[in-house]
Amino acid sequence: MLKIDGVSRSFGSVTALDDVSLQIEQGEFFALLGPSGCGKTTLLRIIAGFETPDSGRVSLDGEDLLSKAPNRRPISLMFQSYALFPHMTVAKNVAYGLERERLPRQEIKQRVGEVLETVGLSAHAGRKPAQLSGGQRQRVALARSIVKRPRLLLLDEPLSALDKKVRADMQLELKRLQHEVGITFVVVTHDQEEAMSLADRIAVFDTGQVRQVDAPVTLYERPSTPFVADFVGANNLFRGLATGLDALRSEDFGMLAGTPLEELAADTPALLAVRPERIELADENAVRGMAGTVVDVSFYGGVSHVSVDVPGHPKPVLAAVQGAGTVKPGAEVKVRWNAEDAVIMADPQ
Amino acid sequence: MKSEAKARPAPRVRGRRLGAFVFLSPGLTYLVVLLLVPLGLVLSYTVFQRGRFGGVVYEFTTENFTRLIDPLYLGVVGNSLRIAALTTLIALLIGYPTAYLIAQLPSRWKTLALVAVVLPFWTNFIIRVYAWIMLLSGPGLVNSALGKLGLGPYELLYHEGTIVTGLLYSYLPLMVLPLYSAIERLDPQLREASANLGASAFTTFRKVTLPLSVPGVLTGCLFVFVPSFGNFVIPEMLGGSKSTMVGNLIRDQFLKARDWPFGSTLALALIAVLVALLIVQAWAARRA
Amino acid sequence: MRRSKLLYVPFWATYVFLYLPILVLVVMSFNSGDSAYTYEGFSLKWYGELAGDERIRTGVVNTLVVAAGSTVIATVLGTLLAVGLARYTRSKTLDALALMPAVLPDLVLAIGLLVFYSAIQLTLGLYSVTLAHALFSMAFVAAVVRTRLTGADTSLEEASRDLGAGPVVTFMKVTLPQLTPGIVAGALLAFTLSLDEFVIAFFTIGNAEPTLPIVIYSMVRFGVTPKINALAAILLLVSFTAVIAGQRMTRIGESRAQD
Repeated sequence: MLKIDGVSRSFGSVTALDDVSLQIEQGEFFALLGPSGCGKTTLLRIIAGFETPDSGRVSLDGEDLLSKAPNRRPISLMFQSYALFPHMTVAKNVAYGLERERLPRQEIKQRVGEVLETVGLSAHAGRKPAQLSGGQRQRVALARSIVKRPRLLLLDEPLSALDKKVRADMQLELKRLQHEVGITFVVVTHDQEEAMSLADRIAVFDTGQVRQVDAPVTLYERPSTPFVADFVGANNLFRGLATGLDALRSEDFGMLAGTPLEELAADTPALLAVRPERIELADENAVRGMAGTVVDVSFYGGVSHVSVDVPGHPKPVLAAVQGAGTVKPGAEVKVRWNAEDAVIMADPQ
Repeated sequence: MKSEAKARPAPRVRGRRLGAFVFLSPGLTYLVVLLLVPLGLVLSYTVFQRGRFGGVVYEFTTENFTRLIDPLYLGVVGNSLRIAALTTLIALLIGYPTAYLIAQLPSRWKTLALVAVVLPFWTNFIIRVYAWIMLLSGPGLVNSALGKLGLGPYELLYHEGTIVTGLLYSYLPLMVLPLYSAIERLDPQLREASANLGASAFTTFRKVTLPLSVPGVLTGCLFVFVPSFGNFVIPEMLGGSKSTMVGNLIRDQFLKARDWPFGSTLALALIAVLVALLIVQAWAARRA
Repeated sequence: MRRSKLLYVPFWATYVFLYLPILVLVVMSFNSGDSAYTYEGFSLKWYGELAGDERIRTGVVNTLVVAAGSTVIATVLGTLLAVGLARYTRSKTLDALALMPAVLPDLVLAIGLLVFYSAIQLTLGLYSVTLAHALFSMAFVAAVVRTRLTGADTSLEEASRDLGAGPVVTFMKVTLPQLTPGIVAGALLAFTLSLDEFVIAFFTIGNAEPTLPIVIYSMVRFGVTPKINALAAILLLVSFTAVIAGQRMTRIGESRAQD
């Protein structure tokens, strides 16, 4: 178990990490998600040993990590740039970590062979990194990291350098590998889809703080802070005051149905979030709902996104409907949703 | 219409020819007259006899080459090789750590440290050598410092070591610069990756940094070796009459003994050694 | 990452090695005594002696004449050559030939020129040194200007040619303004190299009044006196100022070219 306890780090006047605490279980696939500059990479570098926190503690299975030099930590890091040694062959790159452990030559050879087999690069063992494609380089970096059988594998934006098609393949590959080798994976990414599809649990970072830690589905359906509601997936957000009931009182739209995540005192500022796919488009004559005008219909294959301009709301309300949309721009509609499909959370600002 | 279409490419081609002539001919003429013709003359002198009062007598002889392989002269060539090689080695040994550290300084200090390495190089060459005469001669600063400790005085000038010191002082910046640029270019993440895979700082240096900076090492060695090997001023000023290098020999043949054919032969030997070295360097650089 | 403290030993050793002799040189130039070895007190008398030395004054003038002359020749020829090599030929041999004077040991250039001058029975003097210095300076100017040319945009020249300008007009109106910072840097380099050059001048000066490095050389061979130190200190000051000014100028030139 990786335990991060009250870690803070600032660079000059910039606070990269502000009292961050996390617990990552053995064998878990964990993601640190956040926009660039949110501190997630700093945390990764602290765990790997390339940065020192100003305060706080980091331990792995009860053993203090911070007192250890980077080369003495049972942790592997897969760099965003891959950082493959350009003057060594694929096999030499992979063997590098094992040679540092002074393992017998025969064992090194065998383990390198096995891991190259696992990542499907046995045929390229004698090549130099410059002779490989982006996807192949990533596999070499991965093989080099897992061949040491670390207790923890850190991955820094593992898929960002790959094109879309290779990305999907590698995503599956990473999951399969994690199952096979049973190592704890911690992946850092700014790409929420990547985090959602890979991880068992996700920690969402913003300006050096953890905003929410949850499983992908919970994170998506039950965002507990305004930042998460806005950052993860598309969301329709309405500001207002809590009522103490299953509704939000909005100045412009009156009572809006929604479920508070926690007990909120009446008249405290609150935010209601509702996913586009939970929004229903109703006829303009429907009894319930907000009246608006369709401004755009975009077809995405499986779904269509309908933008509805609701007078008084700063951004068009977004609704996702199955298949090609039946409404046309200019149509008068009403948008509505059920109380259990919208969440209401405290809005500290 | 037709004739116009036909005539069209002509000004372009004429323009290119004119351009090539206008831009290339002055410089190339200068190079041919003052570089190629003189070198050709030197080359041809190697097979002619010396005139009685300098110059040449255009009669074929192989005598110059027989003289060249005389142990006396071969010894001088060997001596020069050794001195230049020693200078290069020491320059590498102190230049590498210096370049390595400069490359890792914060960028503000980096520029300052680099300029500080190069600055002495832009001062008069003779004066730099003179400074060492002042420091090392009999009543010089080093001896008087040693004298206060109750040592010496020692004869510090006119040794082979003095020549090496002078050469090192003159050409050390030429070692540091290419090393710096080779090391500075390396991705710092490679060193981090090496540490992450369990390598100590020393192993990382030996297995990653050093092999990747070999091109810089080769360039730096060449930059120091070439001017050291053909030098005659430093051996003359700091080495006295005891140790002679090829440069001194060539200078004496031209300006004192007035044996230009033999001087030319020695110069040919000097160029041959340097060309051989360049070939080795190019081969090593391709392998690295 | 942690660095071994041991690394700092050769690092500082390098700087002490490079600057200690210079420091001693300068300090001793202010010596009131007659020896360049023992400091007896502060005095500017050696600077005064220096100003009164006829040989040194002639040496300085000669050096400046040679440097100015060779810089003019080298800058014109080197710039034309760089443009010609970059735009009108792809020959690797010509490239190598243009670089040769900068790569060959100075001694080889020196004897080649001596042999050549004597073969055409030229009486040696300042002009023979000037022509010789222009030879290697041209190689440096061409190399510096070429690095700018490879970075320059050829489409501007093509546009000019397309609008009907010939190669010479295109060069004067389009290429040259783009190259100015490179040419200035090359000329500065040529000038500094010539000021400092000893070996080639030594071989090609003949019996004429020598340039400053040759004057210094014979003074040093004659003996060590604080007068040489005073001269050294002044030359150091000039060189350091020139290097720093040169850096400034190229930087200003570059930022202007980007506007």
